[in-house]
Amino acid sequence: MSATDAAGQNRGVPEPAFGFWRRSYAMLVKEFIQLRRDRVSFAMIVMIPVMQLLLFGYAINTTPRHLPTAVLIQEDSDLARSVLKALENTKYFRFTREVHSVAEFDDLLQSGKVLFGVEIPRGFERAVRRGDRPALLVAADATDPVAAGSALGTLGAVVQTALAHDLHIGDPPAMPFEIRAHARYNPAAESRLNIVPGLVGTILTMTMLIFTALSVTREIERGTMESLLSMPIRPVEVMFGKIIPYVIVGFIQASLIVGIGTLLFGVPILGSVALLAALTTLFITTNLSIGYTFSTIVQNQLQAMQMSMMFFLPSILLSGFMFPFAGMPVWAQYLGEGLPLTHYIRIVRAIMLKGAAPSNLQYDTIALIVLMLVAMTIAVTRFRRTLD
Amino acid sequence: MNTVPASGPDVAINVAGLSKSFGGREVVHDLSMQVRRGSIYGFLGPNGSGKTTTIRMLCGLLTPDAGEGTCLGYDIRRDADKIKRLVGYMTQRFSLYQDLSVRENLEFVARLYGMRDARGAARDMIRRIGLSGREEQLAGELSGGWKQRLALGACTLPNPQLLLLDEPTAGVDPKARRDFWNEIHALAAEGLTVLVSTHYMDEAERCHEIAYIAYGHLLAHGTVDEVIAKSALSTYTVSGDDLNGLAAELAGKPGIDMVAPFGTSLHVSGRDKSALETTIAPYRDKRGWRWEDSEPSLEDVFIDLMNRSKDNFQ
Repeated sequence: MSATDAAGQNRGVPEPAFGFWRRSYAMLVKEFIQLRRDRVSFAMIVMIPVMQLLLFGYAINTTPRHLPTAVLIQEDSDLARSVLKALENTKYFRFTREVHSVAEFDDLLQSGKVLFGVEIPRGFERAVRRGDRPALLVAADATDPVAAGSALGTLGAVVQTALAHDLHIGDPPAMPFEIRAHARYNPAAESRLNIVPGLVGTILTMTMLIFTALSVTREIERGTMESLLSMPIRPVEVMFGKIIPYVIVGFIQASLIVGIGTLLFGVPILGSVALLAALTTLFITTNLSIGYTFSTIVQNQLQAMQMSMMFFLPSILLSGFMFPFAGMPVWAQYLGEGLPLTHYIRIVRAIMLKGAAPSNLQYDTIALIVLMLVAMTIAVTRFRRTLD
Repeated sequence: MNTVPASGPDVAINVAGLSKSFGGREVVHDLSMQVRRGSIYGFLGPNGSGKTTTIRMLCGLLTPDAGEGTCLGYDIRRDADKIKRLVGYMTQRFSLYQDLSVRENLEFVARLYGMRDARGAARDMIRRIGLSGREEQLAGELSGGWKQRLALGACTLPNPQLLLLDEPTAGVDPKARRDFWNEIHALAAEGLTVLVSTHYMDEAERCHEIAYIAYGHLLAHGTVDEVIAKSALSTYTVSGDDLNGLAAELAGKPGIDMVAPFGTSLHVSGRDKSALETTIAPYRDKRGWRWEDSEPSLEDVFIDLMNRSKDNFQ
């Protein structure tokens, strides 16, 4: 008996050197294999960003063009034709109907068959030449103020330029409908320049959250957690093993989105690509940590999805992606500061559209790091090492 | 055989007064046990008796509400990390990764324990458990018997000192069961201690020592012979015609605690031998029945223990 006892006590694998890295690595390799084998998830890595970018990039367009417009011409003069030509050249207006009575004009607008109506009044040219400031009526269907806003914004300036350029009548008097528009960094007021960088962050938030939000609950629901916990692995090692593969996945997604954004939507990257890559990786890791934290809190995969959505929605609404951040009430701004997307949207817009340097982005970078560390700390303390 | 030292290098598991409740229901009550190193210790008891909970407390997966003890010389409360390095735990439900192949599962375990040559260790284990040719098959696609072999391979891979096997042969065919037990005995011969829970009586008889647990209480322990001897149960084996009729007549009569058919014979048992004999006296020599004063089987003893514990604890 004593011989076998001695043999028995010499068994076991001693605590290895660099055990932390070995165990994290073991976990990481396992996660990669599982990811590769889950074909649906694997396809989603590419499909989600591409589909969403194309959908939102084309669909969310707050400066729509070629809007159907009716014209009511009560005077056939050179100036009238010149004004209409100038309007059409803005590309915002597309003249689809020519009407001959005010009633018909009103009816088209009311029914929604046109979004704009332009009325050239009788004696228009003569009144202009006399300096009488005649009214050129542009009626807009303002039910969608965003759609109408940009078109109306350019209206005054364009018409004025046309008058000055074509008819050489000097500086014409200001017209009552003139609206001055000034869009900095985006002279044509193209919303996709603003939307695409924001989409990089929004899409990453959604995909990264869901990837890790399911990771721990999946181990529990499949029963593999029991085996895992009976082996000598620590919570931090499990976390790193589960997060790192998706940092790489997220980086691929981000490259896809930025690549398509520049190629297809012509969004520039004025700043440093390396800086953008580094801060995007930080943002990806922050989101993965938050998703992982969710998975240590929830009971099952359904709850994990719900919690992700609970986090995702305010991220979209309060981060400055959908609505201007400065326009939100103060309490909402405070909430927004707690969301990684808020900081990333500032970072990504600043780098891509304004060519910002690292020194401009210190605050938002630190905020992302703090959010990441807070999430990781919660996750490690929340991770249950027993089945109690 | 029964002179187990309270602790020391000869003892793999030594716990006292373990209790655990879930939601106000006590699953394990004041459980104490010692398991000698190098022995195969059988853990028996009905479903829900607290076997799994006890095993989980031993390897640090559950924290006991009360009680203390050591596993391989380490405190089960404080040294869970050290215990985990030396214990292989095979769960009741298959808990390896179904979407990983046989090889990948074993390599994962080898890496987690920080083994130098994870690939080599996995390769050797595949050969040892006879899964050569199935290395690249996904674990989820293996049949029950192969899954169980893979699970045993995974928990013996890090060369543990103690194996905790929770109903390892449930749902496995007899041939695979026998091979499995041969492997367990081979491992024990190498110095491994094995604690195995089971429902099968033939498996209990292959253990060096057994313990019977019901409703969270440890009711009997020792070698199979000791447990039978300590039961104080008297059993007569009856063979002949119309045993069903006899069973119906005897059931519930004074002195008769248990009547159970065993193939072509009937086991009639009672704790009070004289009362039992008084009751069966009129039936002996009648209608060609052959009565034989015999030893109770392990199953008789366990069913009796279970019936009695039901009275006591429910």
